[in-house]
Amino acid sequence: MNDSFSIVGKKVFRQDAYAKVTGQAKFADDINFPGQLFAVMVRIASAHAKIKSIDYSEVINDSRLIKIIDHSNIPGNKLVGPIRNDQPIFCFDKVVTPGDVICMLIGENVDDLNKLKRKVKIDFEELPVLNDPLKSLEENSPLIHPEFENNLIIHYPLRKGNIEKGFADSDYIIEQTYRTAFVEHAYIEPEAVIAIPQETPNSVKIVGSIQNPFTCRKVVASVLNYPLANVRVIQAELGGSFGGKDDTMNILSARAAIGAMITGRPVKIKYTREESILESYKRHPYILNYKVGAKADGKITAMKIDIIADGGAYSSMSPFVTWRSVVQATGPYEIENVQTDVRAVYTNNPYTGAMRGFGSPQPIFAVESIMDELAIKLNITPDEIRRRNCFTSGSFTASGQKLEKHDVNLIKVLDTAVQKSGFKEKWIKYHSLQEFKSLEHKNLSFNDADSLILKEQDYLNNQNYLRKGIGLAVSYRGCSLGAEGIDAAAAYLSLQNDGSLFLLCGLSENGQGLRTTLSIVAAEVLGLTLDKIIYLDQDTSLIPDSGPTVASRATLMGGGAVKNAAVEIRNRLEKLLVDEWNLAGDAVFTFANDKVKYFGGGAKEISFNELCALAYKKGISLSAMGWYKGPDVHWNEETGQGSAYFTYVYGCQVAEVTLNMATGEVFIDNLIAVHNPGRVINLLGAEGQVYGGVTQGAGYALWEEINSEKGFIKELNFDQYLIPTAKDVGKIKPYFIEGRDIYGPWGAKSLGEPTLELTAAAIANAVRNAAGKRFFNLPLNLEEIFLGKKLKAESLNRGSA
Amino acid sequence: MKIKVSFILNGLQVTVETEAHRRLLDLLRDDLNLTGTKEGCAIGECGACTVVMNKLAVNSCLVLAGQIDGAEIITIEGLMKNGALHSLQQKFIEKGAVQCGFCTPGMIMSAYALLLSNKNPDEEEIKEAIAGNLCRCTGYKQIIEAIADSEI
Repeated sequence: MNDSFSIVGKKVFRQDAYAKVTGQAKFADDINFPGQLFAVMVRIASAHAKIKSIDYSEVINDSRLIKIIDHSNIPGNKLVGPIRNDQPIFCFDKVVTPGDVICMLIGENVDDLNKLKRKVKIDFEELPVLNDPLKSLEENSPLIHPEFENNLIIHYPLRKGNIEKGFADSDYIIEQTYRTAFVEHAYIEPEAVIAIPQETPNSVKIVGSIQNPFTCRKVVASVLNYPLANVRVIQAELGGSFGGKDDTMNILSARAAIGAMITGRPVKIKYTREESILESYKRHPYILNYKVGAKADGKITAMKIDIIADGGAYSSMSPFVTWRSVVQATGPYEIENVQTDVRAVYTNNPYTGAMRGFGSPQPIFAVESIMDELAIKLNITPDEIRRRNCFTSGSFTASGQKLEKHDVNLIKVLDTAVQKSGFKEKWIKYHSLQEFKSLEHKNLSFNDADSLILKEQDYLNNQNYLRKGIGLAVSYRGCSLGAEGIDAAAAYLSLQNDGSLFLLCGLSENGQGLRTTLSIVAAEVLGLTLDKIIYLDQDTSLIPDSGPTVASRATLMGGGAVKNAAVEIRNRLEKLLVDEWNLAGDAVFTFANDKVKYFGGGAKEISFNELCALAYKKGISLSAMGWYKGPDVHWNEETGQGSAYFTYVYGCQVAEVTLNMATGEVFIDNLIAVHNPGRVINLLGAEGQVYGGVTQGAGYALWEEINSEKGFIKELNFDQYLIPTAKDVGKIKPYFIEGRDIYGPWGAKSLGEPTLELTAAAIANAVRNAAGKRFFNLPLNLEEIFLGKKLKAESLNRGSA
Repeated sequence: MKIKVSFILNGLQVTVETEAHRRLLDLLRDDLNLTGTKEGCAIGECGACTVVMNKLAVNSCLVLAGQIDGAEIITIEGLMKNGALHSLQQKFIEKGAVQCGFCTPGMIMSAYALLLSNKNPDEEEIKEAIAGNLCRCTGYKQIIEAIADSEI
């Protein structure tokens, strides 16, 4: 850490915390407009059906109804999507998953509208339901979207070296198949949005729980057939997103906007938790087949990977999510011969899209599991197999990219985690204790032979059944969007003539702490104290399109833009002082604590507010727009070769668990997370990212699962969908290893997603270490461990049956 | 059917006329414009709507208007005294216990109810007190630290 920073890297309180602890922060549903109406959605209970007719006759004349809106009211695009336009705002010919919406009713009272929506008569014909992506790929499978020739959304091949030769050269080969589940973002704030018609004709304002206002604007404008400038999207305080308030919110915003333009009044849509889970997209379930060949010394010679991602009913972000998977699927290992195929497939399941990790948690779970299996086979420790294969400076990735121009410090990260956790000794000890025995239940005293209900002495006094385990996982992660998209961001800084500043960025505060991070960047350059900075709400009409706030790119890209703007203003101020104080052009100043000082011959000092007043008086501009563009990257779609991302971060997590052999319960005692985020800007926020990411990762590892029963979701609320509570995860300890990088503000890169992507893999390896047996299917819940299979609910009704 | 209920809200006597089936959460947010109390699940699982009623933490989505007559209710808006933050609010800021902030009001009210009955809770008691308040951002660690450091 560079000690010359005045504020970067310190523990800084959040800019927005005061509003949030006092209840004053305004989330979307806290905001109302005069004359506001509400809209409720109408769906049918089918996962795949042809719509034959819609009959509004029983509601059309009801005084409680102001307007019915369906596809016939859409002036512009009826189908939207980030890559492929396959998702209808309102369904018109088919329903392809139960979350689909056919029409919406607008009125003054939600309770009344909910009664009326049952009177809309929709006649439909059931079509065959596809729930298994492998079946969707079969030759004569019914087509979910008949406008495309098959159910394949995308296929990414990657070819490096000679895979046959690689396996022929190996001494050992392991081949295994892993599976992961649908996972819900479970932001605590359900979706809400209000569309407000503006005084200018054909223009609308959107205020909502929107993660990516610019993407939202693009969708709304295309649906209304308006120019982009006629749609103004303002982000309300966002109550969590994790990638989840993107497509869903864009579509909800478009629906509200149509309603507002047709009624001429503000229209609010507010989802219940059940509607939120029903309609919003999930994290992709993956089926991952890995085949690894290695020499007796542990050096990997070949890796063959076949991944099928369930894209659900719409393509959404599947092409980008699975692209990150194909880039990172081998893990951070230098392997000469690689063959990877990743396919995303349509089914009638809930659709899947962006969620924290974005195509990385699934392959990391698989590759890090199989690396441990390889270590065990070769009789070396898991850290050692990684040390013998992992990236170092100058290594080539699976896509043939040379890792250079940044600290490739994975070994340092790994060694720190191993040392801080005492990994090696513990792993060897627990491993030798288990002697590779499978779980055996024969000593348990079941109440009767057919029941798995334990007797009291087994679940209350079960010390004999507790086993310890330790496991680790490592990863590398491409920062920002990579070759999947345009990568640039804007920030606007406006100093006032009293030295106060307002700051606006085209990226979003999603709860992660961006306001504070970017304020720190501005404060560091200008030597301001944070209380002088006002951070303005994101508004698409006030700042250039900066792309989405995703891919752990906001600190890197937004921070780069803020720094550029701040440096530009500082340069002007320095030039002014050179003139005022008659200094040489290369005079060096310090900007700190609201003062500017010059230490050359005859020290001089001016307070920052006096300097701003002086600049203002001299007619010097005190504001600047900063722009930060990532370097060019490229990708060959046929071979999967190219410079996928312009820089990478590295991480290692070690989990220590207690496994109850009698119940299958796993408790996480300790989790050590070592990350290289480039540079830490706000230590308090960085630690918060680790605690939060690890806890979400623990949920992914052990509990969280959306079951699709012929497309229908049972877990529609938090009574069934279990996310970690305060009692569920033991100690978490973050460590940061900083590394030099030429990009971002002072080399700051990514942290949000790296913290989550490793946790399930580390926990799975710890469970393996404790149990002496590998478990292949996330989540590692009680039945997976105790029975070796997942239990499926027999009905969609609420309750524990 | 409309009923009239009187209760003490954040130290002030309040009387409202409302449909009997409405929830305390709706009264607070819609009728009294106290939007600091949030709705996250509407079935008493997430704790975002937690308020303190007669010194106990309750999910205001599970309390009907008819149940609050004569009660004393404190919401997040009632914690500040004379313009100063309550110790819990201050410690939540200092410890980094706030990220998106949607669970924060409910979390603080559960912690407040805990401190009313237990001035020096240990870590397990804190975890138990907030086990009904879901947070998806923070992993709870800094929240637990903040509560442990707070005074009533």
